[in-house]
Amino acid sequence: MTLEEIRGRLQGDIPGCQAELVVNGSPSAQNSLLIDRQHGLEAARLLRDRLHLDFCSNVTAVDWPDQDKTEKIKTKQTVDGVEKEVEETRKTKIPGYLEVVYHLFSMTNKEGPVIVRMRTANRTDDVTLPSLTPVWRSAEFQEREAFDLYGVVFEGHPDLRRILMWEGFTDHPMRKDYVPPPDDDLEILRER
Amino acid sequence: MDQDLKTELSKHGIFATSFEELYNWGRKNSVWPLTFGLACCAIEMIATTMARYDLARFGAEVFRPSPRQADLMIVSGTVTKKMAPQVVRLYNQMPEPKYVIAMGACAISGGPFRDGYNVLKGIDRFIPVDVHIPGCPPRPEALIHAFMALQDKISAQHLTGESRPRHLKQELPSEFPVPEFGEHGLEPAQNDEIFHNPLKVLQG
Repeated sequence: MTLEEIRGRLQGDIPGCQAELVVNGSPSAQNSLLIDRQHGLEAARLLRDRLHLDFCSNVTAVDWPDQDKTEKIKTKQTVDGVEKEVEETRKTKIPGYLEVVYHLFSMTNKEGPVIVRMRTANRTDDVTLPSLTPVWRSAEFQEREAFDLYGVVFEGHPDLRRILMWEGFTDHPMRKDYVPPPDDDLEILRER
Repeated sequence: MDQDLKTELSKHGIFATSFEELYNWGRKNSVWPLTFGLACCAIEMIATTMARYDLARFGAEVFRPSPRQADLMIVSGTVTKKMAPQVVRLYNQMPEPKYVIAMGACAISGGPFRDGYNVLKGIDRFIPVDVHIPGCPPRPEALIHAFMALQDKISAQHLTGESRPRHLKQELPSEFPVPEFGEHGLEPAQNDEIFHNPLKVLQG
């Protein structure tokens, strides 16, 4: 089953579900499906029960920080009655988000992986995604890992605690903007 | 006693020694390590105890599974920040006299994981280390060499006087503070009483 077909099934069977094909341009061409987080759980149920993707082998997260994109756009403007082509640099700020990636396989149909992604609204205060642990039990520990290291909050997870770092740790060390506690000998090396 | 006199006497079949020498000779040949491994260096440590390298030749074949019965802690592998309090706690539970070998790049400095968020930059930040061995992992020969260096250290210890080892000085601690899990890392990040940053020392 191709990703396009899966995308068609998701959008056809679940009203309002948005599925988008994320193309991987590298030679591996591991394309994936981006599913909107409101319908994530329903989509996962459909993938497991109807499309027989019965095994979730891997869950991981990606941190996409805020990006500044500078574009040069040529526009036509009339200056003093003469039409001129003016080059304008336009800066757009692409807000960052956290992305969770699921690798799904089908044991019954012997196929896979089907890669499914979900994105949070931002990376500060709205970082919730539906937990897919009720659908694939194997996601439990790996969602806890994504919660621990990236700070993605999984709604509906049965036991959402930190798994690698200790309780009381407040940072998310795999985020791009994580700053480790200052190290005195590194400071000495910098002074030299 | 004069060394020349001792050799002269031994030529006549008389063996002369001091209590200190006898005591240290006994100690250095029965250093029992703690059964305690942290990472890949532990595999090398296990290999050292097996028949090919045979650590038993040096009196260290009995790995004790309880810190109460052990004399030596071989910190073999990466000490994560989550593990560090437990390592210090195990060390505190060992009876004096006790020794520590920091085995491998990770145990002495954090090694290749030094910049990681989860790795302690050397166990000597929290407990006193007697012998450091570099290597990733060190060969069994290196561990044996470290062991022999420790034996030399033990046999050179004086039981009286100012230079006597820590366990014979009443005022010195035999337990060291266990670090706590903080919000961003271990608190404190090192025990300043025993850890002297080599770079800081170089700076003066």
